[in-house]
Formats: sequence, C-alpha cells, structure tokens
Amino acid sequence: MTDVTSPALRHDDSSLLRSLHNSRGALGFLFMLPAAILLLLFLTYPLGLGVWLGFTDERIGRSGVFIGLENYAYLWDDNVFWLAVFNTLLYTSVASVLKFGLGLWLALILNERLPFKAFFRAIVLLPWVVPTVLSAIAFWWIFDAQFSIISWALERIGLIDTPINFLGDPTNARASVIAANVWRGIPFVAITLLAGLQTISPSLYEAATLDGATPWQRFRFVTFPLLTPIIAIVMTFSVLFTFTDFQLIYVLTRGGPVNATHLMATLSFQRGISGGNLGEGAAIAVAMIPFLMAAILFSYFGLQRRRWQQGGSD
Amino acid sequence: MSSLPSAITQGLDGDEGGMTYLQRLPRRVVTVYLPLAVFVFVLLFPFYWMAITAIKPNDELTDYQNFSPFWVVRPTFDHIRYLMLETSYPGWLLNTILISVAATILSLIASVFAAYAIERLRFQGARVTGLAIFLAYLVPPSILFIPLAVMVFNLGLYDTRFALILTYPTFLVPFCTWLLMGYFRSIPYELEECALIDGANRWQILTKIVLPLSIPGLISAGIFAFTLSWNEFIYALTFIQSSENKTVPVGVLTELVRSDVYEWGALMAGALIGSLPVVILYSFFVEHYVSSMTGAVKE
Repeated sequence: MTDVTSPALRHDDSSLLRSLHNSRGALGFLFMLPAAILLLLFLTYPLGLGVWLGFTDERIGRSGVFIGLENYAYLWDDNVFWLAVFNTLLYTSVASVLKFGLGLWLALILNERLPFKAFFRAIVLLPWVVPTVLSAIAFWWIFDAQFSIISWALERIGLIDTPINFLGDPTNARASVIAANVWRGIPFVAITLLAGLQTISPSLYEAATLDGATPWQRFRFVTFPLLTPIIAIVMTFSVLFTFTDFQLIYVLTRGGPVNATHLMATLSFQRGISGGNLGEGAAIAVAMIPFLMAAILFSYFGLQRRRWQQGGSD
Repeated sequence: MSSLPSAITQGLDGDEGGMTYLQRLPRRVVTVYLPLAVFVFVLLFPFYWMAITAIKPNDELTDYQNFSPFWVVRPTFDHIRYLMLETSYPGWLLNTILISVAATILSLIASVFAAYAIERLRFQGARVTGLAIFLAYLVPPSILFIPLAVMVFNLGLYDTRFALILTYPTFLVPFCTWLLMGYFRSIPYELEECALIDGANRWQILTKIVLPLSIPGLISAGIFAFTLSWNEFIYALTFIQSSENKTVPVGVLTELVRSDVYEWGALMAGALIGSLPVVILYSFFVEHYVSSMTGAVKE
C-alpha cells in the first residue's frame, strides 16, 4: 500500500495510451475483450448454432440442410420424447421439493448452537464437492441388484426377503435416481440457506418469544419471511441444475429400464451423439429452453421481491 | 458482498442461539442431535462404502455370508495397484489436472478484467453487461454440448485437451466474474480515488490496489473454478475419444466398466482417488468455498 501514496509512480506513457487510460469506454471495451471473446465464441454462438441445428437434418460426418420444423414434428409424435419430458418434470419436481425440505431442515439444525459446528458444516458439504460421476458410481454399487448394501441391511433386519431390484424396475429406478440426486443436492441448499439464516438477528426471536410465540410461529412468522428471497434464488438454481441433469442418469441407468428414467438431456445425448442425429438431439435440447426461461423469470421475480422488501434500495 | 456475510456471522457468533438454555437436554437430543446424526450418516455413508470397497479383496467383496460387508478382514492394495499400473488412470489424473489448471487460469484472467470493468470502470452499458454475465451463468452445458461438439470438430480440436480448456470457460467465466464483481464492490472506492489523485493509471490501480486486496476473492474463485472443471463430465464425454486424452470421471466410467464383469474394487478405488484432490483442496479452503458458494447466490 505504501508505494501507492509515494510519488514513485511514473507516468511516461505516450499521449495515445494516456487518452486510452482516461477514456472509460475504450478501457472498458479493452478490459471486457478476453471474457467477451470467450463467451461470444463458445456460449452465444453455440446457443444460436444449436437453435439452427434443430431446424436441420445434420448428422455426424455429414452437414445438414434446412428442413424446417420436421425434427419438432417428429418429436411431437414420439412417445419416448414425451416420456422424457414427463420424467424430467417428475424428477425435477420431486427432487427439488425433497432437497428444499431436507436442506432447510439441515440448515435449521446447523444454525443451532452445536459443538464442532464448523466441522459439521464442512463435512456436510462433501457430497457436493466430490465429482458427481464418481459419487454416482458409488451409488451404482450401493444400488447393485445382487450385492446392494441396503438390501443386505434390510434383509438382516427382516423387512424384506429378496434383494430389491433398485435400477431394474421402472418405479424403483426413478426413486433411486431421485434419491441419489437429493443426496447430492441437500448440501448446496442447506449451506446457502444457513448463510441466510445467520444474517437474521437473534433479537427478533427473543422479541417474538417475549410476545409468546411458539417455536412453529417463530419459524413461520420470523424465519420464513426473512429467508424467502434467498430461498427463491437457491431453489431457482437447484431447479435449473436438476432439470438439466445428465451425469447421474448417464452413470446409473443410461435412461433405462425401458426409458423410465430418460431425461431430456440424456435423450438429447443418446439421439444426438450416440445415435449421430445431431439435428434431432439439438431440437430436444432446444425444447428445454422454454422451461429454463420459466425458471429464470421466477428467479427474476424473486429478486424483484427482495428489492421491494428492502424498501426499493439494493 | 461475499466478505460481508461472514463478517456479519462472526459478529453474531457469540450471540446466536441465545435462548437455547431454555431447552432441556432430552428435547435437544430429539430435535437437534438425532436428526443431525442421521443426516451426517446418510451424507457420508457412500464415501465410507467407496473407501471400504476399494481396499477389500475380491473374495470378501461379494461374500456377505462369511464376512460382514461393513468391515474388511484382510485389507489389500491390489485394486489401487491394478488401477495405477495396468490402466491409463495416472494419465487421466494428469489430464484432469492439466485441463483444470489451464481452464481455471484462463477464466480467472478474463474474469478479473471483466469484473473490474463492469464494477469499477462503469463504462456505458456496464449494468447490461453485468446482467448478461449473470444470464450466461444460467445457460446449462446440457443444451450447449451438441452445437459445441460441431464447433469443436470444425475447428479441428476434436479429441484434444484444448477442446476442454477452451470450452470450460463458458461456465467458469460467468461464475468467476459474478463472484469477483461482488468482491470488488466491497473494496472502498476512496482507495482508488486516492491512487488516481496520486497519478496512478487504471492498470496500476488494478494491479497494485484492487488485486492485492481481493486475494481472498481470487482464491475463492480459483478453487471453485478448479473444482467445477475437475467435476465436469458432459463436455469431456462428448469431445474426447481416445483413452490417453480422457479425464478421470470419463475414464473411470468408460474404460473401467466392462460389459460382463464389474471390477467393483477398482471402480471404487478410481472414484476414491479421483475425489481426493478436490476433497483435500476443499479441506484447506472450507471458508473460501462456503463464501464463494453463498456469494454467488446472494447477489
């Protein structure tokens, strides 16, 4: 810091450079350049290219021609596509509700006075840090049809007689992938909500208690309203990532049995990359965009509400 | 903002749960300790299972009659040795490190400039650019991988590490920029004004004042970006074909899984060793992690 206030800083640039330094527009443009090139080239352009590919019959190794809405017309009559849409909505809604409920519960527990609190908080976040694919492989072994540890434990207790076919039966497979997704998602929800909880002043709870509020009333009328803005944002992110999930399904079931766990992302990969129908795969991916837009709008109104709650200042 | 919440929480630390003395111990056991124990058990069990399977000899692995599955009688390093000596696993580890480090550095450099320009230069359209960056963060890889695959192929980058180094910034740059914008905002503007009056130019302000003050933010963004690159799967699966260019998640899934016999020991060892680097990094920087995770959501 000392060398800033000392007159040691030289200023011997050419006049052109100096005028550049003083012009916010030019300098801003220059500073934005690396990020802008990366994002325009590898994010904006592919987004447009994806929409375009959805209107073509491009295959791997052969460039396609414009075929209008043919891909979408084909998908409209495709039962597997509609099954994937249904699965995605089911997967997203059930997993998000569970993640929210359990995550909020865990956040409330971690907000209590606990011994080794920092340690618990660190440990709880582990499922989220570890690569999804690698923890999904562990779940694959846990959900093994023959040697599942869950089946073994339940048999020992005497609840079941034969091992549970976790990933081979449509209903079980759906429940299993949702369980694995919830397992991975709880830490994110819990830790971010915990950060929100910690900003709520304890004096509000003391005041509510003096007024005779029960624990449930304290939660319902103090904690929840103050937490609403952050809940809106966290859940938008959670819904977004669950809706576009790919890795977990790809590892555990590859969409099976009989497409019961195919999500839109995995179907897009199967048709587009494995099957080589890039156009059709792109069309499936594009079909996800309206749902994502809805989630983003939800987030936008969540932010609006926060601004409103804070009296218009933010 | 990202430094502010932690400051607030530290201030409240002595005060929080100020009324817990009103609760009796048995009640706390049922409402707090028991649920916490169940949560911790469920969240950590897969890791235990991963670790114990990785060191079980094959005859104990599937013999639940004579051996308790929760313990190992004769621990073995056979699976790990097999993984390290007879598969391409060390190469995948090296690839993952290389790609993650390169993508992280590239993204950090681009993000520092972008965040400083948006937050402090306040050029015309800075607010709109900030919003665009946030929206870019919301674009998921699942809808980009097919057009990106076409691009990567046309650019001649298919099956090279560069394909991943150049595409990972699509999700790293928006995240890092958003995080650093919040961090730069917490640095008092007066410091920069002082420097401007003393004749410093923007470059000097950035390198001598803003960056040294935002080292914690840079660490947060850096390790988080590294972890995101390490965990990335769908691009690596799509853009990489040959075994020697694969990353750990893709390699473990596509090369260690053979159709007929599942080598569960080797698979679990691969998953365990592939998770260790990020877990070790995480254990050193827990606070940075939490602040970057909550900071990214809060703004």
